Amino acid sequence: MTTILPILPELLLLALGILILTLDPFLKKDEARRPFLGWFTVASLLAALTVSLLLARPAGAALAFGGMIRFDWLGFLFKMFFLFAAAVTALLFMDADKLNRRAEAYFLLVAAALGMCLMASAADLVMLYLAIETTSIPLYILAGFLKTDDKSTESGFKYMLFGALTSAVLLYGFSLVYGFTGKTNLYELGLHFSNFNIVAIGVTFLILAGLAFKVSLFPFHFWAPDVYEGAPTPVAGFLSTASKAAGFAVLIRLFTAVFPVLNADWSLILAILATLTMTVGNLIALTQKSVKRMLAYSSIAHAGYAMIGVVAFSELGMASVVFYLIAYALTNLLAFGIVGIVGRAAGSDEFSAYNGLSRRSAGLGLAALVAFLSLAGMPPFVGFVSKFFVFAAAVQSGWVWLAIVGVLNSIVGLYYYLNVLKAVYLYRMENEDEDRHPVPVSRPAAIALVILVAGILLIGTLFGPWFGLATRAAAALF
Amino acid sequence: MEFIRSHILTLILFFPVLAAVVVLLLPKNNLKAIRWTALGMSLVPFALTVYLWTQFQSGQAGFQFEEQYAWYAALNSTLHVGVDGLSLTMVLLTTLLTPVALLASFSITDRVKAYMFLFLFLETGMLGVFLALDLLIFFVFWEIGLVPMYFLINQWGSEKGERELWKGVKIQARNYASLKFIIFTMAGSLGLLLAIQLLGVLFKTYDLAALTAQWNSLEGTVLGLPVATVKTVSFWAFVVAFAIKVPVWPFHTWLPDAHTEAPTAGSMILAGVLLKLGAYGFLRLVLPLYPAESAKYAGALAFLAVMAIVFGAFAAYGQKDFKRLVAYSSVNHMGFVLLGIAAAAKASGTLDANIALNGAVLQMFNHGLSAAGMFFLVGVLYERTHTRNLDDFGGLFPLVPVYGGILIFTSMASLGLPGLNGFVSEFLVVRGSWPILTVYTAIAMIGLLFTGAYILKGIKSVLHGPLNEHWATGEHKLTEINLREIIVMAPLMVLILVIGIYPAWILDVINKAMMMLFH
Amino acid sequence: MQFPFLSVIVFTPLAAALVILLYKAEWKKAVRWTALAAGLFALALSVWVYIAYDKGAAGYQFIEKYDWMPMFGISLHFGVDGMSVPLVLLTGIVMVTGVMISWGIEDRPREFFAFLFILASGVFGVFASLDLFMLFFFYEIAVFPMYLLIAIWGWIKTREYAAMKLTLYLFIGSVVSLVGALVMYWTAAQQTGALTFDMLALETVKFAPEFQKIWFLPVFLGFAILGGLFPFHNWSPDGHVAAPTAVSMFHAGVLMKLGAFAALRVGIMLLPEGAKFWAPLIMSLALVNIVYGAFIASVQTDFKYVIGFSSVSHMGLVAMGFATLNADGMTGAGVQMFSHGVMTALFFAAVGMVYDRAHTREIPKLGGMVKPLPLVAIGVIVGSLVSMGMPGFSGFIAEFPIFRGIWDTKLWWMAIVAAISIVITAAYVLRVVLKVFFGDMPAELEGHITPIKPLDKIALVLLMALMIGIGILPALMVPWVETGVKHILSLLGGA
Repeated sequence: MTTILPILPELLLLALGILILTLDPFLKKDEARRPFLGWFTVASLLAALTVSLLLARPAGAALAFGGMIRFDWLGFLFKMFFLFAAAVTALLFMDADKLNRRAEAYFLLVAAALGMCLMASAADLVMLYLAIETTSIPLYILAGFLKTDDKSTESGFKYMLFGALTSAVLLYGFSLVYGFTGKTNLYELGLHFSNFNIVAIGVTFLILAGLAFKVSLFPFHFWAPDVYEGAPTPVAGFLSTASKAAGFAVLIRLFTAVFPVLNADWSLILAILATLTMTVGNLIALTQKSVKRMLAYSSIAHAGYAMIGVVAFSELGMASVVFYLIAYALTNLLAFGIVGIVGRAAGSDEFSAYNGLSRRSAGLGLAALVAFLSLAGMPPFVGFVSKFFVFAAAVQSGWVWLAIVGVLNSIVGLYYYLNVLKAVYLYRMENEDEDRHPVPVSRPAAIALVILVAGILLIGTLFGPWFGLATRAAAALF
Repeated sequence: MEFIRSHILTLILFFPVLAAVVVLLLPKNNLKAIRWTALGMSLVPFALTVYLWTQFQSGQAGFQFEEQYAWYAALNSTLHVGVDGLSLTMVLLTTLLTPVALLASFSITDRVKAYMFLFLFLETGMLGVFLALDLLIFFVFWEIGLVPMYFLINQWGSEKGERELWKGVKIQARNYASLKFIIFTMAGSLGLLLAIQLLGVLFKTYDLAALTAQWNSLEGTVLGLPVATVKTVSFWAFVVAFAIKVPVWPFHTWLPDAHTEAPTAGSMILAGVLLKLGAYGFLRLVLPLYPAESAKYAGALAFLAVMAIVFGAFAAYGQKDFKRLVAYSSVNHMGFVLLGIAAAAKASGTLDANIALNGAVLQMFNHGLSAAGMFFLVGVLYERTHTRNLDDFGGLFPLVPVYGGILIFTSMASLGLPGLNGFVSEFLVVRGSWPILTVYTAIAMIGLLFTGAYILKGIKSVLHGPLNEHWATGEHKLTEINLREIIVMAPLMVLILVIGIYPAWILDVINKAMMMLFH
Repeated sequence: MQFPFLSVIVFTPLAAALVILLYKAEWKKAVRWTALAAGLFALALSVWVYIAYDKGAAGYQFIEKYDWMPMFGISLHFGVDGMSVPLVLLTGIVMVTGVMISWGIEDRPREFFAFLFILASGVFGVFASLDLFMLFFFYEIAVFPMYLLIAIWGWIKTREYAAMKLTLYLFIGSVVSLVGALVMYWTAAQQTGALTFDMLALETVKFAPEFQKIWFLPVFLGFAILGGLFPFHNWSPDGHVAAPTAVSMFHAGVLMKLGAFAALRVGIMLLPEGAKFWAPLIMSLALVNIVYGAFIASVQTDFKYVIGFSSVSHMGLVAMGFATLNADGMTGAGVQMFSHGVMTALFFAAVGMVYDRAHTREIPKLGGMVKPLPLVAIGVIVGSLVSMGMPGFSGFIAEFPIFRGIWDTKLWWMAIVAAISIVITAAYVLRVVLKVFFGDMPAELEGHITPIKPLDKIALVLLMALMIGIGILPALMVPWVETGVKHILSLLGGA
């Protein structure tokens, strides 16, 4: 029993995926299986979450399965979070056309989550590469799931092309590493990169490029807006949160395990990358007319903020990255949830579609308030504390200028987030007849939104224990 | 009774505020009740002052009936009040003129309640200046008196006339006048305010006695500047503040405007008491705090005084508006006060200086009586004719003989006819100043000549000459002065006569006070 | 265990806001009454805290401390001293009067009062916080509702622009300060070995003078933006003008004090050496505020702009008072914060009442308001007198010591220059009063000016009473402030 504990969540996910596919043929009528499949997925994911929480908590940090997996708090925390994010995304799936009536969609979601879980705990280059591909391939399909929709098809195709390219680069990097050292285990590799040489630069550069694509760091960010825009909104939400978090999980594990001593040489480059990512993401977001595209660029910027914590390269820094990712993911899921609902009701993702939203549905208006202010980093929402800790970590490690760049960027962010709220609260619909255009919010979506809002407020105010978890996860890295 | 005795000054000071609050609580439409309450309650401070006068030991040095209460502990400023002969005279003048002015205001019908409230409030403001023995409290009352006066002028002032403010923006003349009044005075007190702050920073106290002693013994440097320089600058800051209030040429331009536009009772108080605040400031603060500077710049002060006397007289002579004429006469008369002060400053402690000071203080009191009377009489005429243009009158004596008599009597007091009060004080000033500032006094004497000229001109164009038929018959027929108005004038005329014939009762108090203050 | 006054005060508005948000949109009456009840409750508690504050013992009182994040030394740490206790009271007053005056809001009152109360919670939180993290937390909470309040319920012509400008300015300021605060935090940790955001502990850390000189300016100026310090004052008049009445009241009345207070608490109190080094600069900036603000105010034709710029001028006096770094100046500044808060609250309330009826704020188009709105006229007159520093009103009690404080510094000549503003202020406020209330009423307004409501009257009278009360009896407020100043001076190393 204890031997399977390290991969218990993964096993549960696998079982769930198989179940979904098995159940699917028995549900003939569309109308009947639409809600059922969704509820079933959500309930099973939550059950998996509970079971794992109860049974599969790591005691310390240990390698398992011949060094393929590292059973530690970092992986565990991320896994739990992926399960949660998948559950929420499943709730949002139930509200989306096409996705909600196809068992494949849920299956792919579960499969992607499975891949992410493995990414978070992979301790071997081979395992890592497999996990990344397990995550990516279902996501390629999900992004292009709406076959009849040109944009979605384009999105899926683009994502796959770029994904395949960077996977190749990454794989090339991995093979070079293996070639030079003869090892594939991350924790053994660390010993071989104890001094700075040209090989290390080249290898790190290749690997960094591959991972930068996953987390959409500048200059590997350009795929994100097009993919997010075309993909079904809940998928875009999942892409921009869980997938990005998984990428960061790998990134911080790799950098702490394999290149710890190179930190001094790399951190400046990473800092510059973070600066560019934040700035480029924010500045382009500023000019967007579509909320969805704006969120896409803003998610690039957020990757930049998270990088600040990586640059700090301290335990606090890593903890702040973990915390930031969780906070950001909660918030962005909420934002994409709202975008999905509004998009369905208005048939558009433009800013103008949000005009008069607070009059059309006061609750949705408030949810938007929470989401966008949290993204902007206002208390008492989680966005504030997460940014606070990232900047605190930067200042602690002496990266004051980076913290200043970060805070200045967050001001730019505030501007365009407020623009959404302006439409929501201030502008009116064309005929000022909001009463006759209510925005329907289905029950699953409502549940998802309430959970996310509650989470944002809860973690935003009682952040102590949550940050404690993040610290525990970060401690596993060092 | 014991309570009244021991708290008499605060009672006098704050009773008008109590009265104002009572008036505020009366029903808005019961004009009679409001008027009589205000008048009745304003008699209380007067009665208390008379009692105070009887209890006052004129031979005793220093301040009497002192009271001291904590006020602004952080700045070490206390509500410290007390009287000496100088302030007592002024308090008497104030508490006397206020009921008189209130009675004179019975003809006001618009927003009587607010009017009476402000008027009573004004009384406290003026009394506070005269009673304060704390520099900060002095300033507080000095400024606060501006507010009611400001509103009295712009709310109940004459309704006619417009003045261009800037770029063609026109406002009512009374608004213009009141704004000018308050801005001039506030701007003038700015230097005073800054000087007070500096004193407070240096000595951490505002008590006048302590301040005077420490300030005069100060040596070395202040703010990195020699003490003498600082003293000279702050001396002029004080002088400008008080000079504007007096008003001294060339700071007098607000006065004719304010007087012309103010309601009758407002003018009475303005001329009767408010102008005295400036002169009182010279005597109470400038001379004791800056004996050396005062002596040094006495010539300049005398020059200003003489200019006020001469130009005031000339300007008064040139006026066509009866009220403006009287207003300029105030500039002229207050010039004598300043002349006396300048003389005393130059030769402090000498007998001549003392005579001049006696004259100056008595002149303050006298001018209070006669100017108030004159403004009231102008008001009486204006209420009936709605004009103040001297050309519109003429030969009114036969129509209103009683009024004419009273006007001539009061004018004569103003002119300085021997036997009436004006003569006594002006004589004393001139007598005292002559040996000290001979040239200036000589010029002032010439000014006195013109005083006679403009007053006679005023009387002539109103009462004598060919009768303006407009006022003789029909709806414009001029009516005689009524009983209420005679009662208003009665105390003023009585005092004018009494001081003229037997000045000793008041001069004794003043003289002793001056002796002790500037030994 | 003592009743947790401060935390109850801080969280009452927040709780009320949440309750109000749960109401149905149609329950407008219930929303208003809930708001008023919560406001009165918070006010009553603030009054109690004010009265019960032991001036003899001085120091921080009503202290409550709850762990928030012990790992980093973050705690919910409430406490007030002589500087903040009047400000807590002020917030209570402005909150209640603000509710009274916004009674007539018809467009989404539920959201309006909810946001207003979140704002109030933030403000209370800053004033009552003794923890640096908590201070920022509540500071930001106070900033963002402002955006919505102005953008949604503000003056239609400029609200979008003004709200965005205001929010960005304030946010920039706060994040710049935040970086400074983080640097202080880590430096203190290095020096003492203890991780703490506790300001009481940070006060005792003696930062190196060089460090203080570098970091004082960003920290102080970051907060001073909200205090309207030149040249960062630009947002404030626009914000005032665009904001709805109650928000203007809050904004000028309380929020600007928030900036000044935080600048004092974090800038001067934690970095005293830096404060000493930079004081001349701060004084110079404040001087510009004072004189320039008054000048600009005097040429405005919009009633609200006049008051907006006069606020800039008056807040300059606060900054000036702090920068003198002596007892007189600081005491004056402390009183000025309260006095100005009440005064502008009253001004904006009055302007709002006039605007609601006349539908214009252009001074040349107004006139004769004294007949239909006598109490408003009296209120504005009292406010004007306070604003020109007339003795007998709270403005004098505040400004006099500030000027005295200036005399006590090397830059004493600034007192003379700053004094010019008094006359300018007198000139323009009186001009406005004369025109708006006593001038001739334009024909088109005739008959449109309805009397004000009883609640409006209560609000006006309350505000007036405070200004006159403190003006006559400075002992009602000054001793409190003095105890706070003493503590600050001890940090500055003086007597």
